[in-house]
Amino acid sequence: MDFRWDLIAEYAPLFLKGTLVTIGLSVAGIIIGSILGLFIGLGKMMRKKLWALPFNWYINFFRGTPLMVQILLIHFAVVPVFLGTTNAIVAAILALSLNSAAYVAEIFRAGIQSIDKGQMEAARSLGMTHGQAMRFVILPQAIKRMIPPLGNEFIVLIKDSSLAALIAAPELMYWGRAMQGQYMRPWEPYLTAAVIYLVLTLSLNFLLNRIERRLATE
Amino acid sequence: MIEVKSLKKSFGINEVLKDINVTVKPQEVVVVIGPSGSGKSTFLRCINMLETITGGHVLIEGIDITDKKTDINKIRTEVGMVFQQFNLFPHKKVIENIMLAPMKVRNVPAEKARAKGLELLKKVGLADKAEAYPDSLSGGQKQRVAIARALSMEPKIMLFDEPTSALDPEMVGEVLEVMKQLAKEGMTMVVVTHEMGFAKEVGDRVIFMDGGLIVEENVPSELFNYPKEDRTKAFLSKVL
Repeated sequence: MDFRWDLIAEYAPLFLKGTLVTIGLSVAGIIIGSILGLFIGLGKMMRKKLWALPFNWYINFFRGTPLMVQILLIHFAVVPVFLGTTNAIVAAILALSLNSAAYVAEIFRAGIQSIDKGQMEAARSLGMTHGQAMRFVILPQAIKRMIPPLGNEFIVLIKDSSLAALIAAPELMYWGRAMQGQYMRPWEPYLTAAVIYLVLTLSLNFLLNRIERRLATE
Repeated sequence: MIEVKSLKKSFGINEVLKDINVTVKPQEVVVVIGPSGSGKSTFLRCINMLETITGGHVLIEGIDITDKKTDINKIRTEVGMVFQQFNLFPHKKVIENIMLAPMKVRNVPAEKARAKGLELLKKVGLADKAEAYPDSLSGGQKQRVAIARALSMEPKIMLFDEPTSALDPEMVGEVLEVMKQLAKEGMTMVVVTHEMGFAKEVGDRVIFMDGGLIVEENVPSELFNYPKEDRTKAFLSKVL
C-alpha cells in the first residue's frame, strides 16, 4: 500500500482551518457547558424537590438522548426558530454546550456532596454564612476532586465535536470527509484527523494534570 | 450565660432529647458524660444550632437562638466549637485555617489575623507548624489547631464534642492540657467527653445523661463518689 503524503500536504491548510474550528467549538462548549452545568448542578441540589425537578429533567433529557439527535434537532429545528435561518457553528456550539452542561452538573453535584459534612459544620460554627462556607471551604475542595471527571468530560466533548461534520460545520472531521470524498482514499484523511484529535486530547490531559498537581496539598 | 429550657430534639420519630434543662454560668466548666446514644452530643450541637431544635429554648447571653429573628451567624462567633473529627480545612495551611474566619466574617486585615493566629498557635504549642498543611500533623496536633481556630473568633463560650475520642491514647494528654489551660483562664466551657479524669479535675459540674434525659448532675466529687441514681452507678462502675 502506498501512503500518499502529498495528498495530506495538499489538504494541510484545510486541516489546519478545521482544527482551529474544532478547538473553537470545544473551547466554547467547555466554557458555556461548565458555567451552565454549575447552575444546573446547584439547581438539582435545591432542597425543595419541586424546584429541583426542571433541572433534574434537563439532565435526564440531555444525558438520555443521543448527541447526534440533539445536534440535528438544534440545527434544523431550534436555531431556525430563533435566527430565522440556521447556522452550523451556532448550532454545534449550542448542542455541545447544552449536552456537556448535563454531565458537568452531575460532576459538580457529586464533587460537592463528596466533601465531608463536618467541613460545612466547622465553617458554620465559626460564624460563616452558608455562602461563605461554600465559597471558601467547600468549593475549593470540591473543585479539586472534580478535575479528573471534568477532564474526562472535556475529552469526550472534543471528540464529540466531530459529530458537527454532519451539519456541515467546517471542523476537522468535515475536511476529513471532504478529502475522502475527493480522492476516495480512506487512510490518509481519517488517520490525519485521528492524529490531530489525539494531539488535542493529550494536550488537554497534560494541562489538567498540571493543574491537579498545583492544587495538591502535601 | 447559657440557658437551656425544656429542650427537645427528634430525628424523625426517634426522640433523642426529651426534656433538657441546663444553666451554665460564666466561667463555669460543665462536663457532660453518658453512654453512647444518650443524646449528649446532640445536646451540645443544639447549643449552637448545628441541629435544628424541635422544641424548647436555648438562650445564649439572654438571646433566644430558637427565635427566627436571631442572627445565628452572629451567635456562632461567640460560641466556639471543637469536633471529635477535628474538621480542619485540608486545602488550607494551619495558619490559614485560623485566619479564615476572622478575615471573612469580621473583615480583620490579613496581617492582623496572622499575628493573632501565630499567637494562638504559640498558646497551643504549635507555632512551628504555621505553614504546614493539616494532613501532615498528628491527631493531637490537629485537635490543638482546631482549638486555636475556634479561639480565633474570641468566643465567650467553648463547646467540645468528644475532643479526644478520635485520638491515639498517647495524644490525649496534650489536648486535655490545652483545655485545662483554657479553663484556668476563665473560659466558659461545655465538654462532652469520656475522660473521667478530666471531668474530676477540671469540671465545676458534671452532668450524667442517659436516654435523652439528664439523670443526675452534681459537682464531680459528689457525682463520682456518691452517685444517687442507679443508672449513674451502673454507668460509672463500667467506666471507672
